[in-house]
Amino acid sequence: MLEKFYDVIVVGAGPAGTTAARFAAEQGVSVLVLEKDRDVGYPVRCGEAVSKDGIEPFIQPDQKWIASTINSFILISPDETEVKINFSRTGYILERRIFDYELGKLAAKAGATILTKAYVYDLLRENGQITGVKFEHNGEPKEVRGKIIIGADGVESRIGRFAGIKTHTKISDMECCVQFTVSNINVNPNACYFYFGTKFAPGGYLWIFPKGNDSANIGLGIGGDKAKYRSPISFMNSFFENKFPNIPKLTMISGGVPCSFTLEKIVKDNVMLVGDAARQVNPLSGGGITSGMIGGSIAGEVAGKAIKQNNLNLLHEYPKIWHQRVGKRHEIYYKIKNAIYNFSDETLNSIAHSAIKIPENERTLLSIFKIALYDKPSLIFEFAKIFFY
Amino acid sequence: MLLIEIKPNKCDFCGVCVGVCPEDAIELKEASIEIIEERCTNCAKCVWCCPIEVLIFRKDKIQQLKAKAI
Ligand SMILES: Cc1cc2nc3c(=O)[nH]c(=O)nc-3n(C[C@H](O)[C@H](O)[C@H](O)COP(=O)(O)OP(=O)(O)OC[C@H]3O[C@@H](n4cnc5c(N)ncnc54)[C@H](O)[C@@H]3O)c2cc1C
Ligand code: SF4
Ligand code: SF4
Repeated sequence: MLEKFYDVIVVGAGPAGTTAARFAAEQGVSVLVLEKDRDVGYPVRCGEAVSKDGIEPFIQPDQKWIASTINSFILISPDETEVKINFSRTGYILERRIFDYELGKLAAKAGATILTKAYVYDLLRENGQITGVKFEHNGEPKEVRGKIIIGADGVESRIGRFAGIKTHTKISDMECCVQFTVSNINVNPNACYFYFGTKFAPGGYLWIFPKGNDSANIGLGIGGDKAKYRSPISFMNSFFENKFPNIPKLTMISGGVPCSFTLEKIVKDNVMLVGDAARQVNPLSGGGITSGMIGGSIAGEVAGKAIKQNNLNLLHEYPKIWHQRVGKRHEIYYKIKNAIYNFSDETLNSIAHSAIKIPENERTLLSIFKIALYDKPSLIFEFAKIFFY
Repeated sequence: MLLIEIKPNKCDFCGVCVGVCPEDAIELKEASIEIIEERCTNCAKCVWCCPIEVLIFRKDKIQQLKAKAI
């Protein structure tokens, strides 16, 4: 049974939302998660790549949601020079449908209530204060009151807008994506492939992430300023026609990744934003699973503390901790992204040609960035600072 | 007058259009999408960003819109 009041209401049951819910509930406060879809974890709008180090603080790796283990990257330039980089850490391609579900279960175990098919369409206001949310459940309008509202509503980020925060993403920062999950494919099951250049994905990249031995996520993201001239699906179809004309396609999804730095405001009154809704994605890689979980965990912990101490001013600790831990780094990644995504095809080719001259056992992502950014020494310096801090 | 058209039965409900809409003029549920005419300024950002060509900018209707304005 749904209560009339919760200390914390989380909107959205992605990794950021369920992590926020768990960390708040672990402090003994009451938490409700509202999710518009019928399932937690589905549909999967994601390439599903994470680093082992990134998720381990939140959940013990479990074979049931690990589709592949990754130990190298293969970067492919417009002229199709392949640069292989062995990865010193371990990466995973997840089965997010199960992974997100497990995160939901952890939140529930900590005491959070989760309600699916619950679409939040506005905030509830009484006497000028935000006192809860309005939502539609099974087609019926409902209300629920709460002291703190956490917007974890992904790329749409409407909870923030309802609270008066400008959350919309600049089109050049929105990576507009399509992805197919294919079978009967013959790629290295332990390598992630990235294709760069105007032929594949202008202002972004195309990826092949293996899922087990004969299946893979193949997708691409391009900046909205480029998508304006030719759509992501059109680029994707050309790639399939050229490379894998008859490959069986099991699923297709579209999606967007806001690749900017964190929103200036991620707390306003008693509303907090986490994950994609707060623009907490790593703007260089477009990875938002682990950074969303970090954002969610900080926000959930701070929210729980604020309730227990009955002091909502404490919510302002959240942006400070986030910026210290991750946000500042994302600002530098954003600058690097803008430099790299504006490279011409010729520049990308020449970087690849220089990179393959480095012996494979000495080739690292940093050494490639050094070549790529050689005429932007200040960026290399900033990058090195965050890489080795 | 709305110049943005939604092709029927094509939308994947992914939210990219909502994420870039400066006017918060799109109502997207689990399996429905609607543009709120009173808020939409016909800026076309949603059309440019839709990854799978669901949205169309009806240029041909601009004349009609101008005529209406006069
Ligand atoms: C094509 C693609 C590939 C990607 N590949 C990777 C990758 O390989 N690695 C990586 O780390 N990241 C990747 N990302 C990014 C990653 O998917 C996101 O950063 C991550 O899912 C963000 O988590 P979140 O919890 O913030 O939001 P989401 O996972 O998007 O969850 C938001 C939830 O809120 C719900 N919701 C929205 N509005 C409402 C509402 N009004 N009421 C109720 N519920 C609502 C949604 O239904 C959804 O379940 C990719 C993204 C895309 C689109
Ligand atoms: S961007 Fe396109 S596919 Fe995605 S919700 Fe909007 S109209 Fe639908
Ligand atoms: S045209 Fe502009 S204002 Fe109208 S729905 Fe699309 S993005 Fe929003």
